[in-house]
Amino acid sequence: MKLGTKVRLSLGGLLVGLIAVAALFAPALSESDPSLMALAQRYSPPSLAHPFGLDQNGADVFAQVVYGARISLYVSVTVIAISVSIGLIVGSIAGYKGGWADQILMRFIDMLYAFPGFLLALALVAVLGPSVNNLILAMGVTSWTAYARLVRGEVLHLRTREYVMGAVAMGAGPVRILTRHIWPNLIGLVVVQATFGMAGTIITESGLSFLGLGAPPSVPTWGSLLNAGRRSLIEAPHISLFPGLAILCLVFGFNLLGDGLRDWLNPRR
Amino acid sequence: MTYLLRRLVMTLPVLFGVITMTFLLIHFVPGDPVDIMLGDQASAMDKQALRQELGLDQPLAAQYGNFWSGLLRLDLGRSMQSKRPVLEEVAERLPATVELTFAAMLLASLIGLPLGVIAAVRRRGWVDRLILFWGWLAMSTPGFFLGPMLILVFAIELDLFPVSERGGLEHLILPAVTLAWSLSSVLMQTTRASMIEVAKEDYLNTARAKGASPFRVWFKHALGNALMPIITVLGLQFGALLTGTVIIETIYDWPGLGTLLFQGIQQRNYPLVQGCVLFTACIYVLVNVATDLAYAAANPKVRLS
Repeated sequence: MKLGTKVRLSLGGLLVGLIAVAALFAPALSESDPSLMALAQRYSPPSLAHPFGLDQNGADVFAQVVYGARISLYVSVTVIAISVSIGLIVGSIAGYKGGWADQILMRFIDMLYAFPGFLLALALVAVLGPSVNNLILAMGVTSWTAYARLVRGEVLHLRTREYVMGAVAMGAGPVRILTRHIWPNLIGLVVVQATFGMAGTIITESGLSFLGLGAPPSVPTWGSLLNAGRRSLIEAPHISLFPGLAILCLVFGFNLLGDGLRDWLNPRR
Repeated sequence: MTYLLRRLVMTLPVLFGVITMTFLLIHFVPGDPVDIMLGDQASAMDKQALRQELGLDQPLAAQYGNFWSGLLRLDLGRSMQSKRPVLEEVAERLPATVELTFAAMLLASLIGLPLGVIAAVRRRGWVDRLILFWGWLAMSTPGFFLGPMLILVFAIELDLFPVSERGGLEHLILPAVTLAWSLSSVLMQTTRASMIEVAKEDYLNTARAKGASPFRVWFKHALGNALMPIITVLGLQFGALLTGTVIIETIYDWPGLGTLLFQGIQQRNYPLVQGCVLFTACIYVLVNVATDLAYAAANPKVRLS
């Protein structure tokens, strides 16, 4: 492994790992409940007791950032898991069966793809109403197509390989060929794409929450914190700064990780 | 010519799908959209009137037919709050969004292209690494974080620019920078990759042998030939910019399509939301087609295949 790849993988892994651990142990890390409020001390700047300060309701910003990491990670992991699963199945059918099945599936994907993803997610969340599940649904609907396209292309390419034809000759069925012979050879590409996908999904999720269209107001999210902080930029810039930095670190981490993985899994590039 | 025709014909089913999805949008509202739009206090008569106005009392097929016939007459329905035609409101807001989007594209090109060329020229050196690092960082900075931070530093602390709203050039700079930020990183990366490809070509050596200065070799001979993928990316990213405006316009109170759509969502003004979504999606589809055509015009290989 080249040094540059190693640096990117470890720095990316460190950033993502740190935030994931913080999210996992959120209750232990922040002694104050994120919904607990001290109205008298609202807008307090960072201090020892409250490292990220207090927000407009007197709630601890650190606790909200740590709990916000849970939402962001939960939503994006779920969205990516759903998208990869659908993409893997639809892409495999289209690529392996070919013919009319391929035509129908790909035209449908083209149609979804033609819709700007963020706009469709925004419109869907807007009509479905704010909830974490609706958020996942709206983002899942728009993001699986990229994986389906990727998988289809790879399946088309791999199924003409000699070892696959050998397996066909030996009487293996399509399911066995796909799962045993084709998927293992395209999983690297999918992992790379999914890692970049995590970065994009976190930005979309936070963006929708920022507009007040993501999780309901009772759930602390990075986006809704940033939105609240926007109204008190002068008195309390820390309300915006820390959740923003958290998004930046996590997205940056996933981008570095994706780039490092791409070089590592595909050194020809 | 045949390519042009084929590409245009291929667009029709896509546009058809986009329009159908926009039509279906209001039917995804859980429960009765009329109840949600008017609230609990509304009288049964008001509800019935709205239901009739929106055609929701008719069977789905009839509604779909009406939607199309309205569309062909350029009638996107009426906004619920202002009672004005949706198309009129959209048209009113369009110039502001176009201004912002083009300013961002220009700015992103002015930042991304030179940085990409410099990174490619200094490939694997520390300048390249620095530029690449900036690129990753810029790509990871969401506009809804960058925007408030720019406002805090440049509008509030340094008082160099106004905080919000549309006006002269000084109003345009902060929103355009926010919108252009991650695009400039994408352009830098595309330019760098494309330049590195082109750098292998012999004609650069020819130019050098003829005594052209390094600046001329890289910025004229190499960049000129590396431009195709950059233009494609620029075209594809136009759609991302267009939808990115929803957030950026909200931050800066910019009176464009994005804020109109956001208002519509907040007021549960579904006809307005439908109109904005439809309009933006159609622009997006058409820009993508235009990008493909521009690519084909410049590259005969595409036309033949």
